[in-house]
Amino acid sequence: MTTNTETADPAEARPRRSWRDRSELGICVLLLVLGVLVLIDAIRIPTDFTQRGPVGPKAVPIVVGVLLLVIAVLLARDVLRGGRGESETGEDVDLAAPTDWRTVLLLSAAFLANAVLIGVLGFPISAAVLFWGAAYALGSRAYVRDPLIAAALSIATYLLFDGLLGVPLPGGPLMGVL
Amino acid sequence: MDSLTQLIDGFGTALTPTNLLLAAIGVLLGTFIGVLPGIGPAMAVALLLPVTYGLEPIAAMIMFAGIYYGGMFGGSTTSILLNTPGESSSVVTAIEGNQMAKRGRGSQALAAAAIGHFVGAMIGTTALVLLAPVVAGLAVDLGAPDYFAVMILAFVAVTSVLGRSRVRGFASLLIGLTIGLVGLDEMTGQSRLTFGSLQLADGIDVVIVAVGLFAVGESLWVASRLRHQPGEPIPVGRPWLGSEDLRRTWKPWLRGPLIGFPFGAIPAGGAEIPTFLSYATEKRLSRHRDEFGSGAIEGVAGPESTASASASGTLVTMLTLGLPTTATAAVMLAAFQQYGIQPGPLLFERESALVWGLIASLFVGTVLLLVLNLPMAPVWSKLLRIPRPYLYAGILFFASVGAYAVSGQVVDLLVLFVIGLLGFAMRRYGLPVLPAVLGVILGPAAEQQMRRALQLSDGSLSGLVNTAFSVTVYLVVAVVLLWPLLRRFLPRRRAAEPAGA
Repeated sequence: MTTNTETADPAEARPRRSWRDRSELGICVLLLVLGVLVLIDAIRIPTDFTQRGPVGPKAVPIVVGVLLLVIAVLLARDVLRGGRGESETGEDVDLAAPTDWRTVLLLSAAFLANAVLIGVLGFPISAAVLFWGAAYALGSRAYVRDPLIAAALSIATYLLFDGLLGVPLPGGPLMGVL
Repeated sequence: MDSLTQLIDGFGTALTPTNLLLAAIGVLLGTFIGVLPGIGPAMAVALLLPVTYGLEPIAAMIMFAGIYYGGMFGGSTTSILLNTPGESSSVVTAIEGNQMAKRGRGSQALAAAAIGHFVGAMIGTTALVLLAPVVAGLAVDLGAPDYFAVMILAFVAVTSVLGRSRVRGFASLLIGLTIGLVGLDEMTGQSRLTFGSLQLADGIDVVIVAVGLFAVGESLWVASRLRHQPGEPIPVGRPWLGSEDLRRTWKPWLRGPLIGFPFGAIPAGGAEIPTFLSYATEKRLSRHRDEFGSGAIEGVAGPESTASASASGTLVTMLTLGLPTTATAAVMLAAFQQYGIQPGPLLFERESALVWGLIASLFVGTVLLLVLNLPMAPVWSKLLRIPRPYLYAGILFFASVGAYAVSGQVVDLLVLFVIGLLGFAMRRYGLPVLPAVLGVILGPAAEQQMRRALQLSDGSLSGLVNTAFSVTVYLVVAVVLLWPLLRRFLPRRRAAEPAGA
């Protein structure tokens, strides 16, 4: 429908000149870095052997890399002219609120804890840590109910997937004992 | 009628007690996950993928069909009772549906949506039965240049037609294409963007990308801006329709598929445009035009039936050409690939038992959906009160299960997290997620087709445009790309903004 507007709703794009407003340029940097990375990697691919057909494995990465650079510049131009990407709305999203980095960091920690622990302690424990940690990060403070739900959920999931559905998950020492 | 006998065989597969049970579980799980606020059908399907990993392909596909329709229906329940649609296809439903619920007609709104889904899916799936073999028959003659052209069209359409900003759409697409490059080049076996890592040599699994962008990205994004007083869902009783309501809804139900199915079937689809069109049509045709904006039942019945039929239309292109045009279809294609099944024109020949079993279970799933969900609607609506910390903790929990189950490697969890951060940034800065998912799925396929075409023409670029079909498609691509320019030369139409109500 709105195919011609490079900018978001103009009412929203009222320029308040500050870096916070321009943080979208970070996306341009990301695209730029990706583009350079793809190009460097593409140039390094040796093509003197195993080449089949006129187009080797380099061509597409080079096109993608160049396009990444072009889009990075176009997006930067759009942002500097006052264009803003519209943040996604949702049931539980309060766009008026400032970004709550503490919650995001705690949530990330809970997620990464699972990745670290799953090999050592097994799925039932590490996933319970993930659930409890994530619930805590998001503001739940029921110190009895939360861990109970977490434990029940992860043990039930383990039994369901590993036992019934035939999807192996690491049991870890806990399941070795039970 | 060859396809009729095959369809009957398909019903034979779908109606065995085990498969019927799987379909019912799929419908219930799909609705359960889809009703949860913040979870759209695409995320529901992505999160439930691991449930089917241990099953036979046919059983998995049957369960999937249930999950698919259940997830869609669940989404419309959320948008009616909470007024905050999770997916573009239910944006329109929320307009009238929530007004109805506020005026104490939530039961009727839910019934109009449920039956609308049923009618749309029935007609849409019937059209799929009739159309898909024909399209597959035609598509057998398509060559590499044709496929490449259609994929380019899908890329351009999904970035230009949907969403508000083209630059951001293309940025998202390119991110997806870059992720798709990671791994060994399929033709020569040389590694690209693997940075010497053995794990990356296999490429990044599409399921991990989808779960990361949809589930982890969404959780992080919501966490960063969590609304501390969640919206209050409107309590609702058992859905039913009086005779007056039936008189008002049966025509919108039947009109919906006429609009929805064709839009779903063209590779520029999505349910956004057809549902808005349906809304505008019903508004124009209704004898209760004054009620629009304050809870007109036609405004729920029409768009819901349209959305459902459009989903069936999407399956035509997905099954016969291997082209997904919605996020949900993209995740379904990923599911097919998990089983080593490559949708395309040959699918109907090689895997005919599977395809017809799937199509039959679409019918079965639709019936189950109606039978199970009308009585269970009050139960589902209670799910809307789930404490948000548990909801998003649960999403992350199952996202990890899904990513880990792909191959049982911790590195997949880390990749999932990085892609989740990407999804977070994309949501924050208004980069649409769908082009990225499409880029990951179709990028490698498009590259193969292009290189094959150029191989045949010995490197001459004319090899990409040596068929009438591909030239036509490129003309369409050019029109879509140049539309903003072309429009300046066209006489200005009256601004027809259907949502202006």
